[in-house]
Amino acid sequence: MGRTLAAAIGIASIAAAAVASAEPPAGAASCSGCHPASTRVISPVPRLTGMDRAAMVRAMRDFRSGQRAGTVMDRIAKGFTDDEIQAIAAWYASQK
Amino acid sequence: MKVSRRQVLKLGVTASAALLPLPAFSQGVASRVVVVGGGFAGASCARALRQVSPRIAVTLVEANATFTACPFSNAVIGGLRAIEAQQFTYDRVGADGIVVARATATAVDAQARSVTLADGARLPYDRLVLAPGIDIRWGALPGYDEPAAAQMPHAWRAGEQTLRLRRQLEAMDDGGLVVISAPANPFRCPPGPYERASLIAHYLKTKKPKSKLLVLDAKDAFSKQRLFQAAWAELYPGLLEWVPLSRGGAVTSVEASTRTLVTDFGRHQAKVANVIPPQKAGRIADAVGVADRSGWCPIDPVTFESKLQPRIHVIGDAAIAGAMPKSAFAANSQAKTCAAAVATLLTGGTPSAPKLINTCYSLVAPDYGISVAGVYQPSPSGQLADVPGAGGVSPADAPRATRAAEAMLAEAWFRTITGEVFG
Repeated sequence: MGRTLAAAIGIASIAAAAVASAEPPAGAASCSGCHPASTRVISPVPRLTGMDRAAMVRAMRDFRSGQRAGTVMDRIAKGFTDDEIQAIAAWYASQK
Repeated sequence: MKVSRRQVLKLGVTASAALLPLPAFSQGVASRVVVVGGGFAGASCARALRQVSPRIAVTLVEANATFTACPFSNAVIGGLRAIEAQQFTYDRVGADGIVVARATATAVDAQARSVTLADGARLPYDRLVLAPGIDIRWGALPGYDEPAAAQMPHAWRAGEQTLRLRRQLEAMDDGGLVVISAPANPFRCPPGPYERASLIAHYLKTKKPKSKLLVLDAKDAFSKQRLFQAAWAELYPGLLEWVPLSRGGAVTSVEASTRTLVTDFGRHQAKVANVIPPQKAGRIADAVGVADRSGWCPIDPVTFESKLQPRIHVIGDAAIAGAMPKSAFAANSQAKTCAAAVATLLTGGTPSAPKLINTCYSLVAPDYGISVAGVYQPSPSGQLADVPGAGGVSPADAPRATRAAEAMLAEAWFRTITGEVFG
């Protein structure tokens, strides 16, 4: 419980920092190479902008552990730590 | 010399960007970034800068009205795709509020912080981003000069060269010998020669099945090698032969008039010859002094600032980006990272260490795709290095359905990246 709360506060502060800063958290800028940010682009690869934070964290962890099959995301997710995944998910969730 | 209003109008530069006084940001008005080169790296960076901060006045210097993309140009050569599907304009880039200057940058005054254009006009900057792509290292392969490229196209900068190679293949009689010469590292698009070999083999198999394709390589190993070779054995047995360096694959000279490629072990007279020659950073890099003796540009892995010239950043194929390959995906990833770093630097901040991603798809056949992915971070030695345990290639034992899915995802990737950068 205490740990969850601490984690939530951590996420909130990361999210606030990310919104205030010009820089997206490490790794986040690369995603739109495949995941369209522009609404004009039609793709089977899902948009991340505005995606639910918890859903993205779960997806990245499952890709990383191999619990979820991917074509390339299984290989890419292995390059990110829990903290980095949390920061990326919070940043995308905060984007409109 | 300052840019006169007349020169500005001639360039199609609207008055706002070029004429602001220095140092602009300290006065609370826009700071100026000039981006040279409108490919995947440069156009991405210009747009990312606008997104990061509307207070940055961005000028994109690009000589061509139309951009012709290299990714998927092998499908054009293989007769699977029209060149028009590769072509994009800068209309949307301009609509973002970026000043698009149709001009060639010829020099940079790093002291005065200005870019000189071919007509003598100067564009002042607070930060400069160079994204010049590649140039052919003419003369590095004896016999391969600009006239030779008409006879033996390189097709490594997409456009007329791409169509030239395709037309030569179309004009060839069944039973002809096609030869591809692949260069030593580093070069643009590491899996590119092998995707090209695959799609030319596909064309020959379906249209001219008595023909043969020989790949003469200056290397013993290449990107996605096991996947390519397994697919070749399955799809193109007896048609496609790869000759590595250790078996005499290195081409030491060419004779354009007879389309002959010479190695230490023999001479190959081709009906169609595709010479992918040694390369270097695009021309402006040399003129500006950001290229080292290798011909490529050393950069800081956090900001992409040149290690040789202050306030000048180099992104895309021209940069020495450590473990990151020279790919469109990497260029786009670097461009966005660099844009964020430049915006932070312009406001006096310190950019934090980035992580970057690359994903490259290759087609071995229209319905057979394979990929390589990587994640990168600055290493203690100041290079972009692979994040251990991440990345890698498609599984060796994947079913054909996975290969078909990756071919579909390759097309989706192209639509997305071109939509993001030019759409």
